[in-house]
Amino acid sequence: MIGIINYGAGNVFSVLKSVEKTGKKAKIMSKPEKIRDITHIILPGVGAFDDGIKSMRETGMDEFLKDGIKKGRYILGICLGLQLFFERSEEGSLNGFNFFSGGNLRFSGNSGLSIPHMGWNTVLMKKQSKIFKDIPARSFFYFAHSYYPVPADRDIIIGVTGYGVKFASVVEKNNIIGLQFHPEKSSVHGQKIIENFVNL
Amino acid sequence: MVTKRIIPCLDVMNGKVVKGVHFENLRDAGDPVMHAKFYSDEGADEIVFLDISATIEKRKTIVDIVKKTAEEISIPFTVGGGIKSIKDINTLLESGADKISINTNAVKDPLLVYESAKKFGSQCIVIAIDAKKDKTGWQVYVESGRKPAGMDVIQWAKKVESLGAGEILLTSIDADGTQKGYDVELTKRVSENVKVPVIASGGAGSLEHMLRVLVEGRASAVLMASLLHFKVFTISQIKKYLQQNGIIVRI
Repeated sequence: MIGIINYGAGNVFSVLKSVEKTGKKAKIMSKPEKIRDITHIILPGVGAFDDGIKSMRETGMDEFLKDGIKKGRYILGICLGLQLFFERSEEGSLNGFNFFSGGNLRFSGNSGLSIPHMGWNTVLMKKQSKIFKDIPARSFFYFAHSYYPVPADRDIIIGVTGYGVKFASVVEKNNIIGLQFHPEKSSVHGQKIIENFVNL
Repeated sequence: MVTKRIIPCLDVMNGKVVKGVHFENLRDAGDPVMHAKFYSDEGADEIVFLDISATIEKRKTIVDIVKKTAEEISIPFTVGGGIKSIKDINTLLESGADKISINTNAVKDPLLVYESAKKFGSQCIVIAIDAKKDKTGWQVYVESGRKPAGMDVIQWAKKVESLGAGEILLTSIDADGTQKGYDVELTKRVSENVKVPVIASGGAGSLEHMLRVLVEGRASAVLMASLLHFKVFTISQIKKYLQQNGIIVRI
């Protein structure tokens, strides 16, 4: 069973549909449940950093997530979901989950690029990852964000994307994976990534 | 680098796709979910649904369309038309829409822009601006382009950006339905004055029109309806042409 965490701001419906298309069972979770049947946890998310953290804490889902990590469940953070995995963000004042050291910065817009970074962009792979199995090089993925993750530990960076700066768009450390783009909105290649994740 | 986007727009009335010429003389062109699926398969980068149903009752049908669309396609889509509260936005986002577009109600209630961007994030709040040229520049029009709002387009664009809008869908009322080309000057002026992406809309008639508004007009995306619905061009034709002319597109 794939657990998709709903913390009030996020397109969980599309993530659910995307997981269901792989043939796996999935459910949307708004409060902690027994972890026993959950093999993979997805933390989707759009919206603001502080609101996301607050909502995760108020519902007790932060502890559920941490428990899942401890018990070796595969965790996938998408967009804001990924950003919450870091220590902090320029967007807010609250502390993140601190699974990864480092923070999130806002695009400067100095190079005349629009903010948010909105639309289809590529990922340059720095390392091999099971999550990118059978994804052709230079495939496009859908991004919609104004902040980007800056990992302190460069070793966790699997893929980078260029938008004025080269930022970490795919990170991975043990059983925790983060994607800055939306696989559930990235057509066939995004669907393949979801499939790769649920089959980990 | 992020690609320029091609966005088909589906005007939906009472659950059916229609296309307005100068916002009037509506012509029936079919089922919205099937249209969205068709364009997604053809390589559209996003889809926009604009609900132009006249009554609140009829508008409820859009929620079903959104749900079915989210099941059928895996590219982003935007829903606009008659959205006037956080609750409306929440319903549409929960049903699977990625962004919502607000036009008249943003003018009536600018705080809605601020509150919705704060709650759901700027990236899902699109502000649609209908612009009409006059002697001094461009004026904002509301209520499907029928009523002047008494505001300058550039000023309003800057205002909605400061309120948290993540994107501007800019339609030239003068150009819309003419197929004589986008208002490049309008698009350029707005793009120069805001950081958020600007989607150019209204007037597409040829491939050159699209190229011009993307390059000279500095638009991030082009929106079109009848050119695609009546199969004057396919999306892959458009993208190939743009690519040959140095534009980065998703192919």
